Amino acid sequence: MTISGVALLAICTLLGSYLGDLLGIVLGVKANVGGVGIAMMLLIAARLWLVKQDRLSQGLKLGVEFWGALYIPIVVAMAAQQDVVSALSGGPVVLLAGFGAVILCFAVVALIGRVSGPTETMDEIEAREREAAASHLDPGVQTGTDASRNPARRQA
Amino acid sequence: MELITHALTANSLLTAFAAVGLIMWLSNAMSKRLTFGRIHGSAIAIILGLVLAFLGGISTHGQHGVADWPVLSGIGLMGGGMLRDFAIVATAFEVDVVRARKAGAIGALALLLGTTLPFILGVGIAEAFGYRDAVSLTTIGAGAVTYIVGPVTGAALGASSPVIAISIATGVFKAVLVMIGTPFVAGVIRLNNPRSAMVFGGLMGTVSGVAGGLAATDRRLVPYGALTATFHTGLGCLVAPSILYFAIRALVGA
Repeated sequence: MTISGVALLAICTLLGSYLGDLLGIVLGVKANVGGVGIAMMLLIAARLWLVKQDRLSQGLKLGVEFWGALYIPIVVAMAAQQDVVSALSGGPVVLLAGFGAVILCFAVVALIGRVSGPTETMDEIEAREREAAASHLDPGVQTGTDASRNPARRQA
Repeated sequence: MELITHALTANSLLTAFAAVGLIMWLSNAMSKRLTFGRIHGSAIAIILGLVLAFLGGISTHGQHGVADWPVLSGIGLMGGGMLRDFAIVATAFEVDVVRARKAGAIGALALLLGTTLPFILGVGIAEAFGYRDAVSLTTIGAGAVTYIVGPVTGAALGASSPVIAISIATGVFKAVLVMIGTPFVAGVIRLNNPRSAMVFGGLMGTVSGVAGGLAATDRRLVPYGALTATFHTGLGCLVAPSILYFAIRALVGA
């Protein structure tokens, strides 16, 4: 049922909002502390449980995924109702913070890449796979490729 | 004419759906025709949204952008806190925990740095421009993480609308810079392998920025970057209004 997906999403969001408020009171601030993040974790947990129980139906998925697909349009609507006129008085903050954050993150990507040593580039991986495909009759080459085919798995 | 206005205002949420749909359609067309897909349609749509909010603010002297036009009041409901949180939580449904494990320790490290470093920078710049209260500082810092984490944090902490608008604009500007800039720096930062793509996704965050930037660099890298980037928003929404806010409050007082 589609409504069960929508209801599941609503329950997770409501619970997250409640727990976030509760956490705020416990910590002595007048704010919702991480409610959206808590709700997301609840939804991920619910999904894992449903998969395990084999009860993740198409309808349920549709009910949740429909709202997920509307996320960008809703963000556009959110942007369209902000007090942009007042915000423009703080213009340089936007430019500096945006630009600085990007430069900083690019630098850290380069740093992590250098610190963690050399790795196979996408071109090398594809070249190796082509080679392996060409000599797929040789079982020795085949197993060697399979073990290292997925670069993500090697790092896990 | 009056009949049309009545139909639009009486069904304000439907009017909002139609209006935002029109903006999205226009933005995607602009993305394809004018930027050849280099700048994601979603980023253009958000910028258009901010521009419209500016025009709305000028013409109505209100504080709610286009939502102050009676015909478009439904935008207030569609983009309000309730539906926004609802839709953001829904995106977590697509997070694949098994695939997440593949990203491993290096992905987690990248995510952690990708949240804290832009945040600290954003807070520092906001501080330099005269913001002194913990709520505003945290909201602008969160905007430097992504354009979602910013407003979610601002709404949770009760920040003012101008501050939230600054934080959205910062995040959108960052996403656009990532989309445009990535192909140019790809060589320097060695963005040519799955591992660095995953690090890149975790550090940059915004899924649209990462997907757009990597697509313009090397399409084969997109899934690796998107894998870590999808966790970015969830992590940011969790830590920015909590741990990071408390850290800032401890530093500057309430």
